[in-house]
Amino acid sequence: MQDFAGAFGLAFGLIASGDPDLFEIVGLSMRVSLTALLLSCLIGFPIGALLVVRKFFGRGIVIALVNSMMGFPPVVIGLLVYLALSRAGPLGWLGLLYSPTAMIIAQTLLIAPIVAALSRQVLEALQAEYDEQFRSLGVSRGSAMLALIIDGRYGLVTVALAGFGRAVAEVGAVIIVGGNIEHLTRVMTTAIALETSKGDLGMALALGIILMSIAVSVNLGASALRAVAERQAYA
Amino acid sequence: MMTKTSIFGAALLSILATGASAAEPSILVQSTTSTQNSGFYDYILPIYKSETGVTVNVVAVGTGQAIKNAQNCDADVLLVHARAAEEKFVDGGFGVARSDLMYNDFVIVGPTADPAGIDGGKDAVAAFETIADKKTLFASRGDDSGTNKAELRLWEKAGIDTEAASGDWYRATGSGMGATLNASVGMGAYTISDRATWISFGNKGDYKITVEGDPVLFNQYGIILVNPEKCPSVKTDLGQQFIDWLTSPHGQQLINDFKLDGKQLFFANANK
Repeated sequence: MQDFAGAFGLAFGLIASGDPDLFEIVGLSMRVSLTALLLSCLIGFPIGALLVVRKFFGRGIVIALVNSMMGFPPVVIGLLVYLALSRAGPLGWLGLLYSPTAMIIAQTLLIAPIVAALSRQVLEALQAEYDEQFRSLGVSRGSAMLALIIDGRYGLVTVALAGFGRAVAEVGAVIIVGGNIEHLTRVMTTAIALETSKGDLGMALALGIILMSIAVSVNLGASALRAVAERQAYA
Repeated sequence: MMTKTSIFGAALLSILATGASAAEPSILVQSTTSTQNSGFYDYILPIYKSETGVTVNVVAVGTGQAIKNAQNCDADVLLVHARAAEEKFVDGGFGVARSDLMYNDFVIVGPTADPAGIDGGKDAVAAFETIADKKTLFASRGDDSGTNKAELRLWEKAGIDTEAASGDWYRATGSGMGATLNASVGMGAYTISDRATWISFGNKGDYKITVEGDPVLFNQYGIILVNPEKCPSVKTDLGQQFIDWLTSPHGQQLINDFKLDGKQLFFANANK
């Protein structure tokens, strides 16, 4: 199909021409998803660590709950955030609907459970290793959580990448709470949806190629950082 | 150790950072996918911005959803195309007043091969009857949009129960105009579109207009200021300024000047 061949040319053309609209859209995608990721890590890592160090009653149920929240449909999250942030909703007075902040909130709700559930899994293995030491040294719960997060940081990078991937690729939530407003809340995925509905499939595909290239670069960058850090740590 | 304050601090920072850009005057318009997909806003809003300095933010959804969002006070201005629903919106106290803005018409598009044999017809209801008789595929928006409402009125006039045929020859896509055109081209179905979206649609394949010119296919767009008495957050002055500009001789001229491939997409008819 000519769309495929044309799309690659179009994608490179767009990047090479330094199209300001494209850079604005890519920039907003990054800003929204990276902020959501940062907040999700701040929320998810401690929850993951807490679920590892604290063996409370009903812990199994909480873990199952957090795990199943990983599969929450973005469009449902979008709807919930819309209902909360709408002028008619309980948080309407904040005036946040159709703003990048609303998109950050939605994506944070979407990926914080992913970060929490996956980091619990990563830290669980580490805890098994450290458990005896923690006990013999009488380490407090807080210090144990911190030690797990610091020593488990390489695994947690992968966790963060999984969260980032989910955030940057999702369209269902951001199109509802952001509204796909040009120069304000239009990101890569909503722009792709718009170009598709205009029937401009070449442009849609070109934007898709750019989005995938960014995702690949972020992942390569993270694994390169990790490789360097690991080499230094074991040198 | 991450403390609660640092989490909230970071959350607050990000909110402050994004809130800072709201300094310049702007209004929020709830509108339809047909006006956005045709490129109308890409054409007219930069002109408005350069003349007034006001940014117009458009959320383009189906007319049904646009009205619902405006009822939730998530808009300053409503620009849609479903007269009955618009009047109900104003009568319910949600809108200040409704003015006609512009019109175009709906067209029935289908494959060039024309399996239903309706090509060249001037009677939309008869064409729908033929499609139902022959059970040729038909793609409906199915999303309570203005176009969807207009389509359902035609089926009603033809006396056809689309509910019963849904999933069979009648396919409700539940999505916007462009997405429904894509679906139609993909599965070889007839569909009804506003003319502006059809003209600007980039993935026509071997599709063409089969039926047009029937007076029942008239498509009127209206514009309404959301009522500040119901919604105190409404920017009354800025919203009214936008409406006055669009309905002024100058704004109406600009609407008429909007062309694609030499074809006029909307015809201004504000009765001021």
